[in-house]
Amino acid sequence: MSAEVPDSTLPSERQQMDVDIACVGFGPAMGGFLTTLLRKMLNPDGTPRFESHSIPGAPLQVICYERAEGLGFGVSGAVTRGRGIRSSFPDLDLSQIPMAVPVKKEELIYLLDPSRASRRSLALRTIDRLIRAFGPLLRLPLQALELPFIPGFLNKHDGFVLSLGQFNQWVAEQLTSSGLLQIWPGTPVSQPLIEDQAVVGIRLADQGTDLSGSPETGFLPGMDIRAALTVVGDGPVGAVGRGIDSHFGLPKGHEHSEWALGMKMVIELREDSGLEPGTVLHTLGFPEPEIFGFLYAHTNRLASVGIFIPSWFRSPVRTAYRYLQHFVMHPYLWRYLKGGTLKSWGAKSLQESGRLAEPYLAGNGFARIGEGSGSTNVLRGSGIDEAWTTGTQLAEAVVELLEQNQPFTQHNLENTYVRRRRASWLEQESLTAAHSRNGFQKGVVRGLLGMALAGFTKGHLALPRHRSSNQNNSSLEDAFAGRISAEDLKRMKTEAASRGLPLHDLIMNRCGWPEIPYDGKLLVSHQDALLMGGSVQAPPGYANHVVFVRPEVCRECEAKLCVEMCSGQAITRGDEGVPQFDREKCIFCGACLWNCSAPAEGAPGNVDFRAGAGGLHSALN
Amino acid sequence: MATGYHIVVCGGIVPDPLQTLEPIETPAGPGLKNEMLLPAVLDPWSGHALYEAANLAAHSPGSKVWLVSLGAKAKLQQVMMTIAQKVSFELIAIDGPGSGFTDAHAAAELLAAAIQSIADLDRTRLLLFGGWESASRGAGVTLQLIGARLGIQDQFLGVDQLTSQPDGSFEILERIEGGRHQVSLCQGPPALLGWATGNLPEPRNNPQVGMANMRTVMPALQRAKTSTLAQSALRYQTVRPPQQQRHTRVVKDLTAEGVAQEIVEWIATD
Repeated sequence: MSAEVPDSTLPSERQQMDVDIACVGFGPAMGGFLTTLLRKMLNPDGTPRFESHSIPGAPLQVICYERAEGLGFGVSGAVTRGRGIRSSFPDLDLSQIPMAVPVKKEELIYLLDPSRASRRSLALRTIDRLIRAFGPLLRLPLQALELPFIPGFLNKHDGFVLSLGQFNQWVAEQLTSSGLLQIWPGTPVSQPLIEDQAVVGIRLADQGTDLSGSPETGFLPGMDIRAALTVVGDGPVGAVGRGIDSHFGLPKGHEHSEWALGMKMVIELREDSGLEPGTVLHTLGFPEPEIFGFLYAHTNRLASVGIFIPSWFRSPVRTAYRYLQHFVMHPYLWRYLKGGTLKSWGAKSLQESGRLAEPYLAGNGFARIGEGSGSTNVLRGSGIDEAWTTGTQLAEAVVELLEQNQPFTQHNLENTYVRRRRASWLEQESLTAAHSRNGFQKGVVRGLLGMALAGFTKGHLALPRHRSSNQNNSSLEDAFAGRISAEDLKRMKTEAASRGLPLHDLIMNRCGWPEIPYDGKLLVSHQDALLMGGSVQAPPGYANHVVFVRPEVCRECEAKLCVEMCSGQAITRGDEGVPQFDREKCIFCGACLWNCSAPAEGAPGNVDFRAGAGGLHSALN
Repeated sequence: MATGYHIVVCGGIVPDPLQTLEPIETPAGPGLKNEMLLPAVLDPWSGHALYEAANLAAHSPGSKVWLVSLGAKAKLQQVMMTIAQKVSFELIAIDGPGSGFTDAHAAAELLAAAIQSIADLDRTRLLLFGGWESASRGAGVTLQLIGARLGIQDQFLGVDQLTSQPDGSFEILERIEGGRHQVSLCQGPPALLGWATGNLPEPRNNPQVGMANMRTVMPALQRAKTSTLAQSALRYQTVRPPQQQRHTRVVKDLTAEGVAQEIVEWIATD
């Protein structure tokens, strides 16, 4: 076909395009879906197996839209057992996936707090004293206790370490090279199209607007992509998944109550670091007891190091970046990381309610896969393989329905996709994990006991669930009672506001956290991490995707957790008490969505996290 | 009589300049550390050329645009997914080295041969577009060498604007010193234009353009021949990264004048 060029005048009316299957979000779940579907799209003689209903005579039309500027955007330091992935690739050769390596060594480590600045309960302080008392006996020069075993439900000894970005890229290359389906990065999807209680497709985000969304020169209304089936895999903070949740609600008793922010660095290690590729370290106890961490060693002297800040960490200054720097500098890890260079950095929200936040997995014209479908297993600390598996299960169901020429109704999808999911290991393990986090709302020690109870009894026993009332409403005064006086806090707030400084830095300094000795290579300022850790892209012509819905609510809000928790420092204290958003720094972690202190009807808070283009793009993540 | 232009855009791919690029020695010569891991983008200068080509073609009925690109097939595929929604073109892909540490003569030979092999190309209507500069490590002369091989004598570099005249001629603005332009008149195709930045914004993503392009892009990639560059006498004596651009230092309570003074001193030491 020649490329006769049409007139480039942009249509001012909303255009429409028909396809058979429209997919939203390209992550591991969509990778699993498209990989499995692709293998069934051709007959053995190479002819198309399924005819398109949207374009009669053409093969099945499958199209996938991804917000990020590239398909290798994933932010995850990943170690996975890879059961689902291996099932799709029985002859998986990890050497073909850059940075992938089998797990060689796995440790679970309790980190003591060398600076003694963290907030530790009496129980933990007692444990710490005991450990330190027996320190000489236990040989703990590195302020850490290597636990003698890793519970079976946690270990990944038969798995592999991945860079999710490289894995996604590897999968995408195989998919797109087939020419049978299309995956388009840089194309945010603003909402589902819902008619008569059925999802009939998606609407792409408007282009050529100002920051408020008003049309400007070159305005191109977001196209409507109508499809018989919409596959939703846009993650926990995706606009389409949340739009469907908003319209259809969640199943009775389900809610998005548990979140975490994962923040990581990819570090190029010094030549004599001694860290063997395939080393996997899981940590707890530091930088705060509520913050779990990890170190995964890749090939090529690269290592992923990161922490998780959970929503049940009741601190109004739970900033991730500085905690991550303290984590990196813990003596147990620093012996490997000292002299390293920051190569990449990133953050993302994790939906940690798992099965308890599972949405309607299927409805008329749509199906949900991946993390946004509640597939993450919080007991195992595993999400990628589970997400992948949901995608493969949906693809098998879709093929079954296509073969029978059956429509994608809720009834048919439940009988095929949901039935497969319910009958699989995914469901069994998801149920085991469902109540494993119940204790954490009442403290870390209790939470760990709850996890152990659920894990060792395979979910038969669990601590009672304490619903997070509003995990974000802890005031500064409450959080630091006994450590910082109310007067000092007031002074710090004034200083932070007048000097435009993050409040968390002042508070952490005051609590005894040492200042970070910047070295320009690994220990760099937050803004330098944005620049050194990849590229943060914000293509022009799109509206702001973070919107403070009711400014008067922000004016009244003292905590402004959205500012403290913003991974890219894209949200700052604005004039007159309403935060300012700079989309050119936003990495789309989505933390602002669930860290708003203000209750709002039908939404987590006063922050609307909409579809937007760009974000962090680093190949090494 | 056929109307419109046949515009061939030579567009290479480069590692995303916003990533950390670190030159290393490889058994095959100079290269970039972890080059295959780095995301690739269409060379920004070529991008301007492509968007100008599409705009010109859109306003000149009967025109066609080809994008001729030399690079590793996997990377070419990656880049196509980011630009094929923007403008219409037909891809001519050459699977080969695209590191930028290649001999411009050898690369020009491959690219010129690929252009000559385009079946329905009308050389009398040919406009050869490309980037005036390159974000790769190339010498910046490949486009001119291609033009020479194709016998195109009218060559313009640093072009910011091309205006078609009613008589079929062109008015071309080329960058010169002092932010000014040299105005040239050209009687029409065939001509070579090495674009500077042009005046066009990056086009919007249009799914329909993407759908149409992909009918040709993937087959073109599947057809792409693996090519090796002709043996070259080119040898690199030394390769070094650009000067360090970032110095992080935390200084508190420095006045604006103090910051400015520090920057001036820092630049002076560079």
